Amino acid sequence: MRGCGLSRRKVLTVLATLSASSVARADDLEFISFGGLYKSFGVLGYEFADRVRALSGKRVSMAGYMAPPLTAESTFFVLTREPLAICPFCQSDADWPVDILVVYLEQATPLVTAGAKVVVAGELEVGSLADPETGFVSQIRLRHAAYRRA
Amino acid sequence: MRSTSAGIGLLATLIVSPVFAQTIYPLDRAEILVGARFDLKVEFPGSPALSAVSVTIDGESAEKMLGGSVEYVEREDGQDYAAFLIRNAGLTKPGIHTVVAKAGEKTSTVKWELFDTPNGAAAKNVILFIGDGLSVAHRTAARIMSKGLVEGRYGGELAIDDMPQMALVSTSGTDSVVTDSANAMSAYATGHKTCVNAMGIYCSRAKGNLSHPKVETLGELVKRKRGLAVGVVTNTEIEDATPAGMVAHTRRRADYNDIVKMFHDVKPDIIMGGGSPNFLPKSTPGSKRADEENFVEKFKADGYTFVSTASEMSAAATAGKTKMLGLFNTSNVDGAYDRKFGKGATSKFPDQPDLVDQTKVAIEALAKNENGFMLMVESGRIDKYAHSLDWERSVYDTIMLDNAVKAAKDFAGKRNDTLVIVVPDHAHMVGILGTYDEDLPGGSPREKLGVYEKSKFPQYRPDKDGYPESIDLKQRLAFTFGSYPDHCFDARPHLEGEFVPAVAGPEKGTYVANETACSNTSVRVTGNLPREANTGVHAADDVVLTAMGPGAEAFRGRIDNTRVFRVIATALGLGRE
Ligand SMILES: [Zn+2]
Repeated sequence: MRGCGLSRRKVLTVLATLSASSVARADDLEFISFGGLYKSFGVLGYEFADRVRALSGKRVSMAGYMAPPLTAESTFFVLTREPLAICPFCQSDADWPVDILVVYLEQATPLVTAGAKVVVAGELEVGSLADPETGFVSQIRLRHAAYRRA
Repeated sequence: MRSTSAGIGLLATLIVSPVFAQTIYPLDRAEILVGARFDLKVEFPGSPALSAVSVTIDGESAEKMLGGSVEYVEREDGQDYAAFLIRNAGLTKPGIHTVVAKAGEKTSTVKWELFDTPNGAAAKNVILFIGDGLSVAHRTAARIMSKGLVEGRYGGELAIDDMPQMALVSTSGTDSVVTDSANAMSAYATGHKTCVNAMGIYCSRAKGNLSHPKVETLGELVKRKRGLAVGVVTNTEIEDATPAGMVAHTRRRADYNDIVKMFHDVKPDIIMGGGSPNFLPKSTPGSKRADEENFVEKFKADGYTFVSTASEMSAAATAGKTKMLGLFNTSNVDGAYDRKFGKGATSKFPDQPDLVDQTKVAIEALAKNENGFMLMVESGRIDKYAHSLDWERSVYDTIMLDNAVKAAKDFAGKRNDTLVIVVPDHAHMVGILGTYDEDLPGGSPREKLGVYEKSKFPQYRPDKDGYPESIDLKQRLAFTFGSYPDHCFDARPHLEGEFVPAVAGPEKGTYVANETACSNTSVRVTGNLPREANTGVHAADDVVLTAMGPGAEAFRGRIDNTRVFRVIATALGLGRE
């Protein structure tokens, strides 16, 4: 099996493992919705909400959709507000929506099939950063993160 | 093998060129406006030395004929050919010109037709409307929904139909039967055909997206030759292929940051659409640039009024501004359906203009230029919604195009100096199969389908702008798509948001049905496209052009898409100084 392919059994096993760990406690963390990320959002850019800035450095949870990942197993994926019909990594003329969140997982983890709704818990980091390996630029991230299917 | 017949000449080129012969750009049978600028490129396989090759036009050296200097690049980009280039050239003598490239025993020949515009300018202004992906079924559905259909007769005409001239336009590019919006627009904007994903260039073997031989765009030509004001107006991202085609030279339409710079180089007077993130410096949250350039500020410094909402746009128009940069959404401007019903991104961008108002403002501003103007207006989401198999949204944006054309006709009708053209760039595989009727027994789409005598006239109640007040009718059109990925189909309108037929599948680069659209009233449709496709695709079917005003009479019968450029150039007299 190539690409992002994962056998269903393998996914289920891993998810079971994960849900028993830190993500299970995601419900206890401060939850940030995509709608609550921004104070202002316009054609000239956006500003993060005061609450989001205040939570920077703390563990929080967010829910969204996992964008089609680069590889089956990764420490890195992109969380989007809506399921992505397009795969920006696969298609040259596709592009990312503006409101995305980059998730750095605590450890290399098999990723679920794209389009699945997930809940992610991790340490919030705000500010422009280019991923040292891929050059992918993000404005907001979760570090030391783990996820489970919503 | 040589022949004076263009048909046989092309055949020879096609058979011989991949292995033996040199490739000459512009390609065989190019139609070139006298005085229009282009790059001549010849690729010599095996990379012979410059002293071993020759390029002539009508028997004279190309250098002398084109009045430029030769750049000769052996093993261009490390490949097994040499590139012979004369940039920014032009020819002034009308008629057939024969270009011969020789290297030792190997000879290639192409013929170019240089055309003049001997009668000068018949039109002062040109308004070119592009219905992106607009196909015949979109027109028919728009007419049924906005004008009504009773006992087989329509309640009125669409503005796009009610024009004196009509032609059938073929859209294929240099590389393939089926075109995309980049090479389709490039044909209208340059008069040259090119390949998928490319604009304002010929697709050569060069590796760099910006290194291919260029041809001049309408945006550049009308400014340089006639001092016309230029407008580029769309409801897609302004960097998207159709608007970009007015100014861009690139092998890769997705390079938005390059395209923003090309807009700034050409400086159309009116620039309106979505797609702001590629104008913002990298450090601004929401930017999609890779550098710190701020193109909003650059345009402002060049005298542009920047507007980001419909109200700001109207205010700038009232203030008599003639140079405007309007960016109304970070992505595409929301379509007519989503703006009417408050869906899509309208909560984030509550004051986006309608294409009709954009068109009116653009005409008013551009008409202040005493030399005249060239305005391109695109209704771009007809295509995007056709890709996502969301036909109602596609038809709402067809109705919006119709309203915009009506506004242009109101302007042009008062005078006899404006050529108005309405043309799709390519087709989609769409058709009207009948109607769906909720009163028919059974739960599945095929049981609800009425064909022939069971396809009763649906009652869409149009508002004053021709948009149906509701699409959620018990009896509604059965508008179908001929190409699709795996998806779930319930024959129902997508009231809350644009349909997403497929999402990424477990295997990288492949797509599967979007499960959120599957229910007990839907059927699973197995895609008829390669599994790499996530939406419907374009079709090679000819498209319908309509036109009015001075110069429009040249549109008749079947034409190639490049002919649209030729008619515009002729109407504006662009061959003369
Ligand atoms: Zn398209």
